[in-house]
Amino acid sequence: MAVLVVAIATQRNLFAVVVMMSIYSFLMATVLVALDAVDVAMTEASVGAGISTVLLLGTLHLTRGEEAKPLHRPGLPLIVSIAVGLALTYGTLGLPAFSDPDAPIHTHVVPRYLSDSLKETGVPNVVTAVLASYRGYDTLGETTVVFTAGIGVIALLRRRRAGIEDDAR
Amino acid sequence: MRRDLVLRVLAQLLIPGMMLFALYVQFHGELGPGGGFQAGVIAAAAIVFYALIFGLPAARRLLPDAVVESMLAAGVFLYASVGLAGLVLGGNYLDYFVLSADSVHGQERGIFWVEAGVAITVSGTMLKIFYLFAGRTRDP
Repeated sequence: MAVLVVAIATQRNLFAVVVMMSIYSFLMATVLVALDAVDVAMTEASVGAGISTVLLLGTLHLTRGEEAKPLHRPGLPLIVSIAVGLALTYGTLGLPAFSDPDAPIHTHVVPRYLSDSLKETGVPNVVTAVLASYRGYDTLGETTVVFTAGIGVIALLRRRRAGIEDDAR
Repeated sequence: MRRDLVLRVLAQLLIPGMMLFALYVQFHGELGPGGGFQAGVIAAAAIVFYALIFGLPAARRLLPDAVVESMLAAGVFLYASVGLAGLVLGGNYLDYFVLSADSVHGQERGIFWVEAGVAITVSGTMLKIFYLFAGRTRDP
């Protein structure tokens, strides 16, 4: 995956970049399967590798296939991103160890979800139980976000088309 | 590409399978991995695949824009009305316990409809975005 990231950053042919991002998404999906997050892996494979690749290729059809030469020197942005990366890495040092059973995330509401969700909701998949039932408000919000995103895209692209028709008249 | 026999035959074989898999993920989401979001994306991917092989106009005939746009709103509406149904039946907003006499059964019913709402909105949004991008022509 690290090799792919370097290749994506250096590659100037956008078609190759799109294909490599799709490969990256599939690798990410396998990593998520290895972490036992099958629901997320499924989403990553279908959205990241599937739909967004098609959308990016569609966009590529509308633009040119080569990346434009950068207008600015990359010095300052490079320093900023390295600094932010170092700060985030420093932040991870304070996190509890991976799969530590005493970590706060495993001691708050998770035991109740894991032990009682089948009894309370009759749904064996804990992820679905948490998403749709315990965190129903959040999922309603997420659905609204998806809806709003769709409306936004419609508003942006629709108006453009109407404008072209107006010009033609 | 649209006259390519191999692609057409393969698409005809694969697309029903994809649709079936989307339904499986939707209705089996309570037992195995998956749920509304994944099912919606897979269903949208099947239509996108159809559009790629048979052309955008064919896909638009299959699922017109008006249908896709109403799917966008219908999903959120369905989700929100499940919440309102809980309110009407005497619980809090998005309380599923009151949807059936048996509270566990009520939960199952609520989750089913909520997931259906998510799937409808997600697949509608994905399809609409794809239609809009694919329907544009290159600027002169």
